[in-house]
Amino acid sequence: MEKTNTDYGRRSFLKASALVGGGMMIHFSGLAKLALPKNGETVVLEQWSELNGYIKITPDNIVKLICPNPEFGQNVMTSLPMMVAEELSVDWKQVIVEMGSHDSVKLGPQFTGGSNSMRMYWRPLREAGATARQMLMQAAANTWAVPLEEITTKAGVIYHEKSGKKANYGEFASKAAVITVPKGVKLKSVKDFNVVRSSQKNVEGTKIITGKPLFGLDYKHEGMLIAMIQHPPAFGMKLKSFDASQALKMPGIRDVFSMKLFEDGFEQGGFDVRTFNDLLVVVGKTTWEVMNARKKLIVEWMPAGDTKNTMGGRNGKREVIVPGELEDTKVQHEKMKQYAAKPAQQLRKDGDPETAFKNAAQIIERTYNAPFLAHNCMEPMNFFAHVTDEKALLVGPLQAPGWTEPTLMKVLKLPADKIEIQMTRMGGGFGRRAYGHYLIEAALISKKTKSPIKLIYTREDDSTYGIYRPMYTTTYRAALDANKNLTAFHLKGGGIPEHAVHANRFPAGAVDNYLAEGWQIASNITVGAFRAPGSNFAAAAEQSFLDELAEAMGKDPIDFRLELLKRAKENPVGKNNDYNVDRYAGVLQLVKEKSGWNGPEHGKYSRGVAAYFCHASYAAHVVDMTVKNGQPYVERVFSAVDCGIVINPDAAANMVQGAVVDGIGNSLYGGLTHKDGLVEENNFHKYRIIRMHEAPKKIEVSFVQNDIDPTGLGEPPFPPVFGAVANALYKATGKRHYQQPFSLAQPDAPNV
Amino acid sequence: MITLTINKKIHKIEADPNTPLLWVLRDIVGLVGTKYGCGVAQCGACVVHLDGEAVRSCVTKLSRAQGKKVVTIEGLSETGTHPLQKAWLDLDVSQCGYCQAGQIMSAAVLLKENKNPTEQDIDDAMSGNICRCGTYLRIREAIQLAAKEQEG
Repeated sequence: MEKTNTDYGRRSFLKASALVGGGMMIHFSGLAKLALPKNGETVVLEQWSELNGYIKITPDNIVKLICPNPEFGQNVMTSLPMMVAEELSVDWKQVIVEMGSHDSVKLGPQFTGGSNSMRMYWRPLREAGATARQMLMQAAANTWAVPLEEITTKAGVIYHEKSGKKANYGEFASKAAVITVPKGVKLKSVKDFNVVRSSQKNVEGTKIITGKPLFGLDYKHEGMLIAMIQHPPAFGMKLKSFDASQALKMPGIRDVFSMKLFEDGFEQGGFDVRTFNDLLVVVGKTTWEVMNARKKLIVEWMPAGDTKNTMGGRNGKREVIVPGELEDTKVQHEKMKQYAAKPAQQLRKDGDPETAFKNAAQIIERTYNAPFLAHNCMEPMNFFAHVTDEKALLVGPLQAPGWTEPTLMKVLKLPADKIEIQMTRMGGGFGRRAYGHYLIEAALISKKTKSPIKLIYTREDDSTYGIYRPMYTTTYRAALDANKNLTAFHLKGGGIPEHAVHANRFPAGAVDNYLAEGWQIASNITVGAFRAPGSNFAAAAEQSFLDELAEAMGKDPIDFRLELLKRAKENPVGKNNDYNVDRYAGVLQLVKEKSGWNGPEHGKYSRGVAAYFCHASYAAHVVDMTVKNGQPYVERVFSAVDCGIVINPDAAANMVQGAVVDGIGNSLYGGLTHKDGLVEENNFHKYRIIRMHEAPKKIEVSFVQNDIDPTGLGEPPFPPVFGAVANALYKATGKRHYQQPFSLAQPDAPNV
Repeated sequence: MITLTINKKIHKIEADPNTPLLWVLRDIVGLVGTKYGCGVAQCGACVVHLDGEAVRSCVTKLSRAQGKKVVTIEGLSETGTHPLQKAWLDLDVSQCGYCQAGQIMSAAVLLKENKNPTEQDIDDAMSGNICRCGTYLRIREAIQLAAKEQEG
């Protein structure tokens, strides 16, 4: 860790907001423009001593903790600072939390995604807190001329019990900030935690419910114009020509022009995914005026034909052909059937599956399908940019500033230290906001118009732009011998444009003869990470299939899974089995217990169970269905999760409940279809999102209690919900469900 | 020029009378608590009160609000202590928070008209408000908690 210096030049504005629920919680959004006080409000100028990138303290003992990772509802703004506060030994109720801006030197990787925040920052933030605490203690010890070992701390106060001396952190903050940063400071024992593992309220809760400016769409800057892009109406199309004469006459309109996003041959990184490269831009004073002017555009579109993306990366440059076809969902299904019958790439093989299938007494084969999904974050894509020849300021919702910054540097021809990125609170992320094309678009528009601008996507722009969850299919085959033992397991998965096969996941390792294969079909429909990529389909298909197997073998679904896990522990097959058997079995056992599985008192429910491991955590659900108004309805859910140490228990329960609702909604209703490249579901009247009356009455969440270092929670509970819903639907309707969304009429099971 | 009252303050707005109230609030008056989610009255993020009635401001023309009283989330309570706001904090409802202003504004009208809503009443009144993060159970519980507080 680097030595930090006191920064006497730093000034900040403090504003006391409404105090609800007791305690001295002063909030500060960190975005100076939004926090400018209005007339008559008290403004206090404070000097912050910066002990490290995450901790600032004033002489008046106000402690500000900086959250490194941007927030999209997983409440990292609360849980990450909690880790610092724990080791720093301050009163949580006195702490102010501020969102950090992009500064990887001071704040670390700053990537929100992959359910990684807790894992990535568990040690670094605790070390930051513990080290700062020791520096404060050392400063006191030096001043009081006593040994460091005689100094203690509690709730932001430093004590020397022998002499009765005491002082709060603020009194020694500036002295502490210049002390050489000690190495190897001991961290607290888990059993001594008094902040972490206690439920703490969302630090921005009050701001959210009083309508304070928080989101990218809320950000304002003097002289800011509004920009919108008129994208092609369909995938596989591009701009041919346009007539802006009518649009330019509309009130409030400043400019209409076309521009390229990337120059030909631009080397894209993995998160530079973009659907359209030739952009038609409308710029005006207000949102409504720009929306109106767009309607007056006269535009000619044309098929783009096959195009090329140049991908950069560690292995050097390579060109990827993007097919020009105007895609159709019916045609996609046909193509997938064709590809499924062709040879595929072998991803893993154990034993001799071919022979095992030849000798099988019974083969069960089932095929599962799922459509493209749109993220449909509640806050549509948007970003603010103010770009000059010298520097760039970008403000808005973004999951991974570090991944878009290199692209901005190349495109704007500016060095990193001249590009400032501030991350606002995001109205949802789900993976969509890791792809920063909309920052590049905003930056280029600002540069061209020589004005600060806010780029806004309407809901239609957003939901038809792409970067979807892929379209998937997987065929599972199982071989049973004459005694109904499972002798072979085969999955062959495909997708547009990629498959969802995780070859080393359960039940790999539990079956002697195992084969996993994958294939894909290239497409111009762009895709990206969507809450538990791959897993969000794999769990649905696999957990449904295991249910059918259990039924064919006359076994209870939970017992069957536990049997397989027992085999994987006692006599594992193959290598790299990507799960911990005890923890996987643990969530199944916990959900079995909490749901009263097989208890006659739950007879009125149609029960479905599923479990999965992904992103380092384990989750299992029992979904209890009834029929409401003639439709299957998930009335209640029991969830069991193992994510190690649970940092903020109530917020963690909220996350699991949200994942359950999201899973029910996407499995029953979610999905996009295409016709001639056009997305048919471009707003919520067509793209169905689960609503309150469709949400369960009760979701009971239980966490496995252990002291394992924390892993994430954003994604792991989500995938198995799909499988549990499918399995419950079978009990509720007598029909197996193979095609998502499950509210569609289902194909009959093959007679195998 | 259209005159209307927003959160007890009189505003004289110079804008196309067809401008949706949502964009008047956000872009002209500068009140950004009311959110844009869909623009077609499907998601409820834009709900405000117009003379006490819950309306979707994304499809409510400015001209319709002429001479009327508009209340937004910023004006629901001067101290941010409406029973619903207190309940939302007690139960730590929010995840991303983007939909919550609209949820609270819809719920406020429900509670004004129905002091003791059943679960069905709540579902019926709130099914027009989408929460993409899935906090519906907590929203339901918070409405019930606020109803109890109001009674007590």
